[in-house]
Amino acid sequence: MEETLTPLSEQAKALLEETGIPQNEYREIVRLLGREPGRLELYLFKVMWSEHCSYKNSRPLLRLLPKEGPAVLQGPGENAGVVEIGDGYAVAFKIESHNHPSAVEPVQGAATGVGGIIRDIVAMGARPIALLNSLRFGKPDTGGSEGDRTRYLVQGVVGGIAHYGNAIGIPTVGGDIYFHPDYQDNPLVNAMCVGLLRVEELKKSRAGLGRPVYYLGSKTGRDGIGGAAFASEELSEESESKRPSVQVGDPFMGKLTMEATLEAIRLDLVEGVQDMGAAGLTSSLSEMAHKSGLGLELDLDKVPRREVGMSPLELMLSESQERMVLVPRPGKEKALEALAACWGLDAVPVAVTIEEPVFRIKSEGQVVAEVPTHALADSVTYVREGQESPEIQALRAKDLSALPVPGDLHGVLLKLLASPNLCSRAPVFERYDYQVGTNTALVPGKGDAAIVRVKGTRRAIALKVDANPRYSRLHPRLGAMHALAEAARNVSVVGGRPLAYTDGLNCGNPETPHGYYELSETIAGLAEASRALGIPVVSGNVSLYNEGPSYRIPPTPMVGVVGLLENVERRAEMGFKKAGEFVVLIGEPLGELGASEYLWVLEGLEAGHPPRLELQREAKAQAAIRDLIEMGWVRTAHDVAEGGLAVALAEMTFPYGLGATLEIRDAGRPDALLFGEAPGRILFSVDQDHLQSAIAHLQSLGLPHRILGQVGGDELTILLPKTQLKWSVSELKQGWEAPLREVLP
Amino acid sequence: MKVAVIVFPGSNCDQDTRWALERVGLKAELVWHTEGSLEGYGAVFLPGGFSYGDYLRAGALAKFSPVMGEVRRLAQRGYPVMGICNGFQVLTEAGLLPGALLANTNLHYTCKEVFLRVERTDLPFTSDYRQAQVLRLPIAHGEGRYYADEETLARLEQNRQIVFRYVEHQGQGGNPNGSLGDIAGIVNERGNVLGMMPHPERAVESVLGSVDGEGIFTSLSKALATLA
Repeated sequence: MEETLTPLSEQAKALLEETGIPQNEYREIVRLLGREPGRLELYLFKVMWSEHCSYKNSRPLLRLLPKEGPAVLQGPGENAGVVEIGDGYAVAFKIESHNHPSAVEPVQGAATGVGGIIRDIVAMGARPIALLNSLRFGKPDTGGSEGDRTRYLVQGVVGGIAHYGNAIGIPTVGGDIYFHPDYQDNPLVNAMCVGLLRVEELKKSRAGLGRPVYYLGSKTGRDGIGGAAFASEELSEESESKRPSVQVGDPFMGKLTMEATLEAIRLDLVEGVQDMGAAGLTSSLSEMAHKSGLGLELDLDKVPRREVGMSPLELMLSESQERMVLVPRPGKEKALEALAACWGLDAVPVAVTIEEPVFRIKSEGQVVAEVPTHALADSVTYVREGQESPEIQALRAKDLSALPVPGDLHGVLLKLLASPNLCSRAPVFERYDYQVGTNTALVPGKGDAAIVRVKGTRRAIALKVDANPRYSRLHPRLGAMHALAEAARNVSVVGGRPLAYTDGLNCGNPETPHGYYELSETIAGLAEASRALGIPVVSGNVSLYNEGPSYRIPPTPMVGVVGLLENVERRAEMGFKKAGEFVVLIGEPLGELGASEYLWVLEGLEAGHPPRLELQREAKAQAAIRDLIEMGWVRTAHDVAEGGLAVALAEMTFPYGLGATLEIRDAGRPDALLFGEAPGRILFSVDQDHLQSAIAHLQSLGLPHRILGQVGGDELTILLPKTQLKWSVSELKQGWEAPLREVLP
Repeated sequence: MKVAVIVFPGSNCDQDTRWALERVGLKAELVWHTEGSLEGYGAVFLPGGFSYGDYLRAGALAKFSPVMGEVRRLAQRGYPVMGICNGFQVLTEAGLLPGALLANTNLHYTCKEVFLRVERTDLPFTSDYRQAQVLRLPIAHGEGRYYADEETLARLEQNRQIVFRYVEHQGQGGNPNGSLGDIAGIVNERGNVLGMMPHPERAVESVLGSVDGEGIFTSLSKALATLA
């Protein structure tokens, strides 16, 4: 039954046209206010009800995700999630997207993505100790304008991350980077930050009644106006004109703000902390008031600004960087101001909390906007009908059994290692300071996950972010399950027990059936894997509308897993280190060709069913390798991922240049044995003394395994039932090192 | 004897340097850049980082900071003064060491392991190393290309002021930034002010992948013990 609606006034229609707010949302706003909103008020709703701030399309779906676990101190809903790691310590972490800004202005887009996520961690009372990033780009290796644009974006994004992270002094310890044609127009830049805190120093975004609310940090300018809203619409031809929506980062100011905030927390000067990020003053202040069950009165005249003549609207929507909101403890106001002065920063009481639950904004003595805080916080939500694209269904159903087996298997490995998705990442991570802080126990390129130790304890955390867009494109639900399973596996093979994860969900337009289907299936897959592996989500971010007239990105759930090593001395890296050690595979050699990197590189085909995932066996395989590392038997372990067994073995020869000789006795297509993909597979090496016990442990868990051969020499030799393949490590390494070096010389 | 680790607002290796000093039993204190006196300190470290943001040129503003007058005074009185990475850049900007550090020839920040050859072991910072010993240390900088005019370079060679040089080792390493003479670290004529681009404080524990930097701190510890 259609309700008869009062027609909108001409003025309202013009405002809707200007703001892009849909009619149904406007009517809901009128209902919540009990009157028509003014222009400024309507803009407050526009940014607060954007997908970026409100999760209006994803919130009902996100309820499915398990959020509880024994280590969880703080789940989703605050600036970041927090898990306990023992000895009185906890880690706060979160991933956040900065996709659209990076597409328009790669250097600043990426830099401010890093700056923003750092402030989220600081707001929890944690000192940032590690940064990671997950990057997706289009075609790197085609000539012409497409390749040029990809190179421009890679150089800009990597440069921006380096610019901010290196200067602020937080090590960038890991990440992943993936190239796929569907990201050509819409690169993805997600940044993750991890911070360390004492459990008792955990902070929240809260304020008591009648408290002054301080603005700390950089002055407000006209940069990044409406950034959150910009992030919540499709990129288009006009996006170039959105360059003013991109914020400008200043890592030096970021450092001052970070240090001042952390010192204020350490000295116990503040009761509440909030990052001023997306939607600037609007979001930070209204959310803090709402979470505190209070209202708030903001005096815009007090806001420090670096430009003259800024209107209330510009002030409220500015996303100028390096700003924090602090609520001092009673009587500590002067101490907070003095501390800020020591760091040369503005610290100004711009607002005060009030009993009436409204967000009231004053300018030049006049009230210019007043809306109930709950109205801004609780946007409308949408539950839509999703439908899978028939084109994707057809691709997935494609029969691959008739594919010819290539004659030159020797050359295939060289080709795979030189693929943009498998080649060396050193040209990227060498631009990041990954050691500042002197805690990085496993540096990029040496292991499947980074390890960061906690000084003064034996503990360390293992960190990895991962997502395979090919799997997700062909099967969104399975792809999401793989993303969590693989990130957790990477953490496990270095010796870390996964505690929790953060998810950066990057998808297409949820207002289309295909886009919504991919979003809902992705979340359903994460929920399933989360439950089966016993790893809860504690924070995350949603970036939708990564879609344009001619493309939709593959659903890309960037899963960042944090794991714990109770003894940092018991850890594993990926490289073969000792000649004579035995190489063991957990799992079977035969993999699948569907959705594989092999299929893409050799045939230019992205089709078939991604590998099925048995989550119980996955959990067991991960537990097994952790046990072997924890007992001190295994120091070398590596996940078998894209490119299959042969690529994984080659990767294990690279760090120390030590080869191996291996025999695969299984039946099957040789290409599926060498390059096929399957989850839950782990390679490790173990010395003679511990081989028996390691095998016995795998047997006791009922895990399939093979002793493949031994480490030694400077060649990689693989014996198949009918063929013998041999490569020198240096020839493998040469082809593997080159491709990204051409993009980032 | 206490060691002062100077903290500029953009320093970010200050805590790491203090950690490395304290591991060898030295007493180290962080000293804020506005401090007017370094009375009571037996040695000074200028740590890595981005002193005042370094948007203009690495270390270009730091030389004007209040504490630098005191650093200069201690240097002139023969106290050990050491600058690592950004600290080296500050020492050259302040004129306490000759030459300058230009942008790396690859024009970007580079973080990786390099190999250094120890050229002098008669200094308070290097006595625990062997002559020509090869060290494996990390670098992490965008402006580390040592440059000086020919006359200065000749003088540095002649006076044996070059303390560390980048070398190739088993096919790895080499000069990472285009430094003239493969120079990674130099000392003043008197032998008490040392600057180096690589980070010894990042290589003082096996968990960090190398212990080759520890010699700097143990050497200094011994030197300060004899002074005291």
